[in-house]
Amino acid sequence: MYFDSVYQLITMDGHGVYVWTAVVVTLVVLVSLIVKPLRQHHKILQTIAREIELEQLVKTTASQQEATDASNP
Amino acid sequence: MLNMQWTWFHRLGSPRWFYQKTQRWLPWLSAITAVLLLVGLVWGLAFAPQDAKQGNSFRIIYLHVPASFLALVGYYIMAISGAVGLIWRIKLSFMVMKSAAPIGAALTFVALFTGAVWGKPTWGAYWVWDARITSMLILLFLYLGILALRYTFSVSEASDRASAILGLVGTVNVPIIYKSVDWWQTLHQPATIKLTGAPSMHPDMFAPLLLMIIGFYGFYFLTLMLFTRAEILHRERKASWVRELVSKKRAEV
Repeated sequence: MYFDSVYQLITMDGHGVYVWTAVVVTLVVLVSLIVKPLRQHHKILQTIAREIELEQLVKTTASQQEATDASNP
Repeated sequence: MLNMQWTWFHRLGSPRWFYQKTQRWLPWLSAITAVLLLVGLVWGLAFAPQDAKQGNSFRIIYLHVPASFLALVGYYIMAISGAVGLIWRIKLSFMVMKSAAPIGAALTFVALFTGAVWGKPTWGAYWVWDARITSMLILLFLYLGILALRYTFSVSEASDRASAILGLVGTVNVPIIYKSVDWWQTLHQPATIKLTGAPSMHPDMFAPLLLMIIGFYGFYFLTLMLFTRAEILHRERKASWVRELVSKKRAEV
């Protein structure tokens, strides 16, 4: 390591505040750039799944309706 | 031969093909990117020697330069994919363009922010209206403009075309940013890495920077794939292949 101690690595001769602020903010932005599309992806998959369920429900009720209509003319 | 090239081109333009291919690329790209960024950052922060003039504050370079670099490259990627969409009417390239906007905006923000916290100990000010910094701020506004345009319209061809044209107009700004440190007397230091000639940096400092730049490239394409995949599902949600995919996933659960 370039620094003599962990304490020096953190303080960086008075520049630590600037360097570590830059590191933390950058990492937060980078992580959010990964999390955001993954969440979107997950949400869209759920929406599509719900749409498919709804369509199947509509289909089955329609066919049941037809069946009851046929048995009770 | 010509025929083969065109099938390749068309397959590349197919959202389904892209979605399925990237599924296999994602784990590899994530692993490589994570390793590069981790090694580059630890090396740059803890092991590289400090700068003779600036001291330790120079270590911000390991975030600032790669972020700025990809913010500019990302603008070209966005503008070119918009142009490809306009010319060949390829749906996928509009999706890529839309996905590139939030990534570019975030990276431009990182470039400006890390520049500001680097500026304080180096120049004594967080912000100066210097040519490089001001043109970078314009880049942020261009990205935000395209994002705003996307949120105002719903998904439509008109909105895709409008964003693509705005993106193309904005490309004028990119060479201005790149050349600003040479054209004007600026407080901002000249480029550390030039396309021609050796870098003006000691190899011990340069090696981690190179790792970080390659790592940021990996990160850029990783997030571009993730955003594009979500966009593909959103736009193609009525397509049969998406329906099959979702049904299959539900059956697995």
